[in-house]
Amino acid sequence: MAGKIYSKPILFTLMVTVAVLAGSIVMMAYPMLRADMHPKLENLRPFTALQLAGRDIYQREGCVNCHTQTVRPLRTEVMRYGDYSKAGEFFYDRPFLWGSKRTGPDLAREGGKRPDAWHLAHYENAQAIVPRSNMPPYGWMKANKLDAAAVKAHMDALGLPFTAQQIAELATRTEMDALVAYTQQLGHAVEKKKAAGGLDLAATNPFGTSPQAIAAGAVLFAASCSVCHGDEGQGGIGPSFTNGEFLAQKGYGTDGEYFAVISGGSDAKKAIGRPGSPDGGMEAYAGQIPPEGIWQLVSWIRAQQLHEGSEPPKVEHREHQTGGRH
Amino acid sequence: MNEEYRYDYRTVEGYILSSIVWAVVGLVVGLLISVQLFAPALNFAPWASYGRLRTVHTNILGFGLGIGAIFGLCYYIVMRLTRRTLLFPRLARLQLWLFNVGILAALVTLAMGYTQSLEYAEMEWPLDIAIVVVWVMFAVNVFGTILARREEQMYVSLWFIIATVVGVAVLYIVNNLAIVAGPMKSYHLFAGVNSANVQWWYGHNVVGFVFTTPILAMFYYFLPKSTGLPIYSHRLSIVAFWSLVFGYLWTGAHHLVYTPLPDWIQTLAIVFTLFLIAPSWGSVVNGYGTIGEDWSKMKTSYLAKFFILGITFYGLQTVQGPTQALRVVSQLIHFTDWVPGHVHMGTMGWVALTVTASIYYVIPRIYGTEIYSVKLANTHFWLVLVGQLIFSFTGWITGIQQGAMWKALTPEGTLKYTFMEGLVKNYPYWHLRSLGGTIFVVGMLVFVANVLMTIQKGRALEAA
Repeated sequence: MAGKIYSKPILFTLMVTVAVLAGSIVMMAYPMLRADMHPKLENLRPFTALQLAGRDIYQREGCVNCHTQTVRPLRTEVMRYGDYSKAGEFFYDRPFLWGSKRTGPDLAREGGKRPDAWHLAHYENAQAIVPRSNMPPYGWMKANKLDAAAVKAHMDALGLPFTAQQIAELATRTEMDALVAYTQQLGHAVEKKKAAGGLDLAATNPFGTSPQAIAAGAVLFAASCSVCHGDEGQGGIGPSFTNGEFLAQKGYGTDGEYFAVISGGSDAKKAIGRPGSPDGGMEAYAGQIPPEGIWQLVSWIRAQQLHEGSEPPKVEHREHQTGGRH
Repeated sequence: MNEEYRYDYRTVEGYILSSIVWAVVGLVVGLLISVQLFAPALNFAPWASYGRLRTVHTNILGFGLGIGAIFGLCYYIVMRLTRRTLLFPRLARLQLWLFNVGILAALVTLAMGYTQSLEYAEMEWPLDIAIVVVWVMFAVNVFGTILARREEQMYVSLWFIIATVVGVAVLYIVNNLAIVAGPMKSYHLFAGVNSANVQWWYGHNVVGFVFTTPILAMFYYFLPKSTGLPIYSHRLSIVAFWSLVFGYLWTGAHHLVYTPLPDWIQTLAIVFTLFLIAPSWGSVVNGYGTIGEDWSKMKTSYLAKFFILGITFYGLQTVQGPTQALRVVSQLIHFTDWVPGHVHMGTMGWVALTVTASIYYVIPRIYGTEIYSVKLANTHFWLVLVGQLIFSFTGWITGIQQGAMWKALTPEGTLKYTFMEGLVKNYPYWHLRSLGGTIFVVGMLVFVANVLMTIQKGRALEAA
């Protein structure tokens, strides 16, 4: 055995260095030279100044300690969050913020899933929206104005494009605005998954007005929908079902239309094409709630509409709603 | 105290005492964040919110307790194995002060939210520079003293110390390369997938070169010293050393299984991770072979059980780790509480047992006295053992449960559970985890008291 090196510290240290560098070169340095480590999706836009300010805050608060930003190509993960993450989505991410622990849900597909008002209310007091959540409160960010000069320096350092006006506007925005702006652009480069199958807007509800279906729908509504649409379906962050309108127009939708919007979310709204209906905001529940459950929700909504039609409209509002800030 | 070594031993003691102070800080923060997981009302201020304090916890324990103890104990080992005092005694003392200022600055700035968001490399760029300076001071003293040694052969522990000095330097400098954007703000020089790959090359290996190689240096030195038994196989030490130092650096990407990182990097990392069981178990076999020469030492030497349980957890850790790297296992447990369960078996089991036992060995020898209380040391041992087991097992159980709930489907093919339904199922286990953590911290406080009493005893002897 070459026992001599154990009495020659310099030679020994050189050998250790070579051993350490071998794996480092193959696994860390060499891949940098390859194009597949620097891909960029065509749809990917650089961060705006407001979004970067939000990303800085996301870093500062250690959000990455509890939230991942990478959807793995696993069936259930794609169903829960959306399309799996692509290498080309992260071209501007310095550093990457994929995270290593999912104490809270993944956020890679969070952008556009919910309206700004939901995020504002949730960042301020997560437990008001999701009762048993363990997320810390971040309402204090509403009082902190952005430091435009610092954000400009950060944009410069990263070589990102901006206009003087965009920087000037920052002075009127809060840290909370920036965080919401960052959240809402997450995953923007990947086209949202369309709801599976075509939309049958003329479909009829197999459960009709069955009391069992209405009861089951009430349970589902309380668990998944009431946060935004109000306990009675009277509206809040999301629109009302009982005000005589559907997708911002007079008159309720058909059973099939309600089914389509609950299943397919905002994409389905576009397909129905009622002018004046705002973009975004509605999550697609196909995959999270089985079709029977969605029909049960439709039964419950119908029952509410009948019920509400027979008494004056309610004006109650939940305490946490920040209504109209955005 | 031996006059010739008096100054250097005081430096060693300074590192040990510093690491103890940082241990208490880091452990208390750890307890707080474990409770915040189920009591969000305890996020009472921005600086005290979970997102910031989790980083404080890992950095203060990794760098404050871990690196502090490594500096002190490695200097001690280097002096014993070279049969001489440190070549630059005053430099080591200056390094001690700079080290403490640096850790204090880390504590404050991380709580203020200054972070690079790279796990175990969160400290912002001015602190990175300070750390590199401290590390260079350490390297100069270690290499200088070894070059001026009075013992021809370098014992195994010195190999591991040299590997630590080289490995950490390479890893730390590369991963902290950054675009400076302000006095306390920088962005990773690497972007996207590349940023992820560099970070986990660093993140995994810094665990290798901070929580493995220097701890093995202690193990190979203090186990024979405290039992009087020679290391079982020198040849096995050689094989284990070189294969570990070579193999470790290939494995970081197993942290990125199922991410957009190119598949070939993931797969190669998984293969090398499986290979890494061999060198790890080389040291485990060496430890068991050593104590196997005389098992009665487990009873007669109160330190033997620390080292043997420590190396046992190292052995379990290094089988569990490669298992986790397999794609089929990773898809179930990755991102869940299984992972903190795994990490804490390494830190609370292997590292804490080995480091505290080494400190028990060194402190009395500095003063030429005995430990204040073997009974207290035994109490400490059982408390940290029970605390760690509760911590790890609750993490593993709830991790598997979480992973399974995330993947569960109804017969209709839709998701069976919402995210929140999975999260609330963690709460009972998180309560138990805090209980385990509390028991562990009490055990560590017993250790701190025992060390402080021993020092008091030693100083009284000196004064007499």
